[in-house]
Amino acid sequence: MAKRERLSGNEAVAIALRQINPDVFPAFPITPSTEIPQYFSTFVANGQVDTEFIPVESEHSSMSATIGASAAGARALTATSSCGLAYMWEELYIAASNRLPLALALVNRALSGPININCDHSDSMGARDAGWIQIYAENNQEAYDNMVQAFRIAEHKDVRLPIMICQDGFITSHAVENIELLDDDTVKNFVGEYEPENYLLNPKETMAVGPYAITDYYMEAKRNQAEGMKHAVDVVKVIAKEFATISGREYGLFEEYRMEDAETAIVIIGSAAGTAKDAVDALREKGEKVGLIKIRLYRPFPADELAQALQNVKAVAIMDRAEGYTNHGGPLGADVMSALYRAKAQAFAVNYIYGLGGRDVRVEDIEGVFETLKQIVADGDAGETYRYLGVRE
Amino acid sequence: MAYNFKETMNKPERLAPGHRMCAGCGGTIAVRNVLRGLHEGDKAVIGNATGCLEVSTFTYPYTAWEDSYIHNAFENAGATMSGVEGAYNALKRKGKLDETYKFITFGGDGGTYDIGFQSLSGAMERNHDMVYVCYDNGAYMNTGIQRSSATPMYADTTTTPVGSESNGKPQNRKDLAAVIAAHDIPYVAQTTFVQNFKDLHIKSEKAIYTPGAAFLNIMAPCPRGWRYDAPDIMEICKLGVETCYWPLFEVVEGKWILNYEPKKKLPIEEFLCKQGRFKHLFKKGNEHLIEAFQKEVDRRWEELQFRCSK
Amino acid sequence: MATDIKNLGVKTKWQDLTEGMIIVGSGTSKDFNTGEWSSVKPEFIEEKCKQCLLCVPVCPDSCIPVKDMKRGAFDLEHCKGCGICVKSCPFGAITMEGVK
Repeated sequence: MAKRERLSGNEAVAIALRQINPDVFPAFPITPSTEIPQYFSTFVANGQVDTEFIPVESEHSSMSATIGASAAGARALTATSSCGLAYMWEELYIAASNRLPLALALVNRALSGPININCDHSDSMGARDAGWIQIYAENNQEAYDNMVQAFRIAEHKDVRLPIMICQDGFITSHAVENIELLDDDTVKNFVGEYEPENYLLNPKETMAVGPYAITDYYMEAKRNQAEGMKHAVDVVKVIAKEFATISGREYGLFEEYRMEDAETAIVIIGSAAGTAKDAVDALREKGEKVGLIKIRLYRPFPADELAQALQNVKAVAIMDRAEGYTNHGGPLGADVMSALYRAKAQAFAVNYIYGLGGRDVRVEDIEGVFETLKQIVADGDAGETYRYLGVRE
Repeated sequence: MAYNFKETMNKPERLAPGHRMCAGCGGTIAVRNVLRGLHEGDKAVIGNATGCLEVSTFTYPYTAWEDSYIHNAFENAGATMSGVEGAYNALKRKGKLDETYKFITFGGDGGTYDIGFQSLSGAMERNHDMVYVCYDNGAYMNTGIQRSSATPMYADTTTTPVGSESNGKPQNRKDLAAVIAAHDIPYVAQTTFVQNFKDLHIKSEKAIYTPGAAFLNIMAPCPRGWRYDAPDIMEICKLGVETCYWPLFEVVEGKWILNYEPKKKLPIEEFLCKQGRFKHLFKKGNEHLIEAFQKEVDRRWEELQFRCSK
Repeated sequence: MATDIKNLGVKTKWQDLTEGMIIVGSGTSKDFNTGEWSSVKPEFIEEKCKQCLLCVPVCPDSCIPVKDMKRGAFDLEHCKGCGICVKSCPFGAITMEGVK
C-alpha cells in the first residue's frame, strides 16, 4: 500500500535507501546533502538496515570506499554535494572505468568560489563526462522514485555503470512537500537482490581490478566502456516502465510539458522546471503556444529523442544552471544545440545561464524568456545566443 | 604455533613471477614475505596504492597476485580497503559469505607518508580489520626518484638534487610509524629484511591476525634510487638496523617494544657510504653533514629507547 | 569463469576486452617472460646446497620454488638476474657472473 507523507527531498531519498537496504554506505558530511547519511545513520543505529555505514574522513575517501565495496561484491553508494563531488572527481572516472554499478545521491550545490551553499548544477555538470549515468529530479517525489530505480539501471548486465541521482540543493532537498511512498516490500521486491558476476570476495574465484593499461589497450577499454552507456538509454526506459507498474508514476528520458503544438519552448533541468511549468500554464491561458521539456536523463544524453521532440518548435531557450566558460553558454546549451544541428533542425536556439548559487528564478523570469523567444521568431534572428537570466547589470 | 622458517618458506607463493618490478627490487621482497604471514588456506584481498608495485604487478592482462586484488588510485589505498572490509562485514551479516578473508594493503612511501596519508589516517582511526603495509624506499621511485617525506636528510633525489647550493634534501624524514602509533591502533611495527626475515615474518603474521587496524613500515631498498649494487640489499638492510637508522620495534596496544638492540651501534657512515645518493656527504669539507645526520639518528634512537622503557 | 588471457593481446578488438578491465583468476603474469630481461643468470650447484632455504625469501621475483621443504631449480623464465640470492647463500651453492 502506497503511503502519503510530507517529506523533504533528503528525507525521501534516505527512506528510499532504507527500503533498498544497501550493503555499504560510506559518507562524509557536506551541506546540503548531509541529512541523507544523517537520517540513514539513525536507521543503522536503530537496526532498521543491515548496512555497513562507514563515516569516512573526506569525500575522496567516501567514493574510494564505495568503489572498494562495490568491487568487493556489495551494493554500495554514497551521497554528496558541490565541492565534495569535485573532490571525488578522479574517483568518478575510476568507478565508471571499472564498470561498478554503484550509486551517488547528489544534492546539487554551487561549486566554490566564492563558497556558496545554495543550488546550481555546476557540481554535477563538471562530472558530466566522467562516464556516469546522471538522472535529475524536479521535486522530492522524483528524487525518491529515481533513487528506487537507480540500482536496477546501474546493475543491469548491459549497463554496469555508476549512477548519479541528482536533486536540487535546499529547493528540493530541504523543502517539505507531499509525497507518495511505496511500501517497503514493494521496493525490496522491485530492487531485488544484488548478484554480481565477478567480485573480490567471490570465494570460488579470485579477481584483479584496476590494472595499468598500456596504449595498446587504453583506447579499446574506453570504447568498451562507451558500449555500456549506449545500452543505458533503453534500460532507463525499461526500468521506468516497470516502475510505473508498481507506482502508477510514469517516467521517460525527459518530460514533455504542453509541447503538442508548441511554437516556442524551453529546455530545463531540475526544480526550476516547476516554476517554468507555471509560466507555461499562465501563457497557455493567454493562448500562447508554449511548452517545456524537462531533462530527466542527462547522461547519456538523449539527443535524437530530444531533437524529435523539438522538431516543430520555432525557437527554443536552453536553460543552464551552470556556466561553461566557453563564451557560448553552458553544458546543456551545447548538448541541445548539437542535437538540433545533427537533426538539421530549423529552430532558433538561445542559451540562458540562470539560478547560479541559489539565485531565485520566478514565474515572471520564465515568462520573460518566452517573450524573448516570441520576439526572436518575429525578427527571424536569435541575436546573442549566450545570455544571462536574473543577473544585475 | 612457534615460528619455523622452513615451514614459512614452504607455504604457497602468493606473488607470482612475471611482474615487471626492476631486478633486485626490495618492494616485492617485502610483499612476498608479508604474504607469508597468512595462514595456508586463508583467503585475502590485497589492496595497492598506485606506484611501482601496482603498475608492475597488474599490467593488463597480467596479474602477479594469487589473491583477489584491487588498485584504485594513488592516495586512497586506505579508504579503498575500508570499503572492501565494509563489504565483507555486510555480506557476512547478511549471511551471503561463509569464508574468512584477511585484508592487506600495500603502498610505497609516497602513497603512504604523503598523498595517501589522510586516507590511511582515516582507515586506521576507524580501526578497520586490515593491515596497511608501507614498503618504504624513501622516495617517489615510480616517477623517477623524487623526494618524499620519507626521504632521509641529505639524500640526493631528482627534486632535491645536490648542487653548489644544495646538499640534497634539507629536511628530516617523517617518523610515520610513530605517527600511526599515535592513532592508538592495536598493532604497529617497523621492520626490514634482517635476521633471515624472522622479524618480518612474525610481525606480518601478528599484523594480519590482530583484530582491528595494523600498520607495518618496512624499509625496502631500491637499487636504482639508492644507487647501490643490487646484490647488496641484505647488507644494506643489516647496516640500516645496526646503525640504528632503522630500528626494529613494535607498538602493541599502545605499548612500545624494542625488538633489537645492536651490541655495538655502528656509525651512520657505514650505512651511508654504500649508497650513491649520499656520495656527496663523503666529500672533503662535508664531515659536518655526516655529524648532523648521526646526531639525528642518535636523537631518534634515544627517543625510541625512552618510549620502549616506559 | 576465469579470464583466458591468451585472448587478450595488443591486437584485441574493443569488443573482446574484459568488462571493466578486470581479470578473473590469478597469477596470469606467469605468462609474461621476464627472464628475457637479462642474459646473466644465477647457477645452482645442487651438491653444495644444504636446503637451508635462505635464498628463498630474498628473491624479488619468486623464482626459487619450494616443494616439500626443499628448493628446486631456478625459474629462469622469470629470473631477472639480480644476484641477491648469490649473496644470501652461506654455502656457495649459488654463483653468478659478476657477483662475489
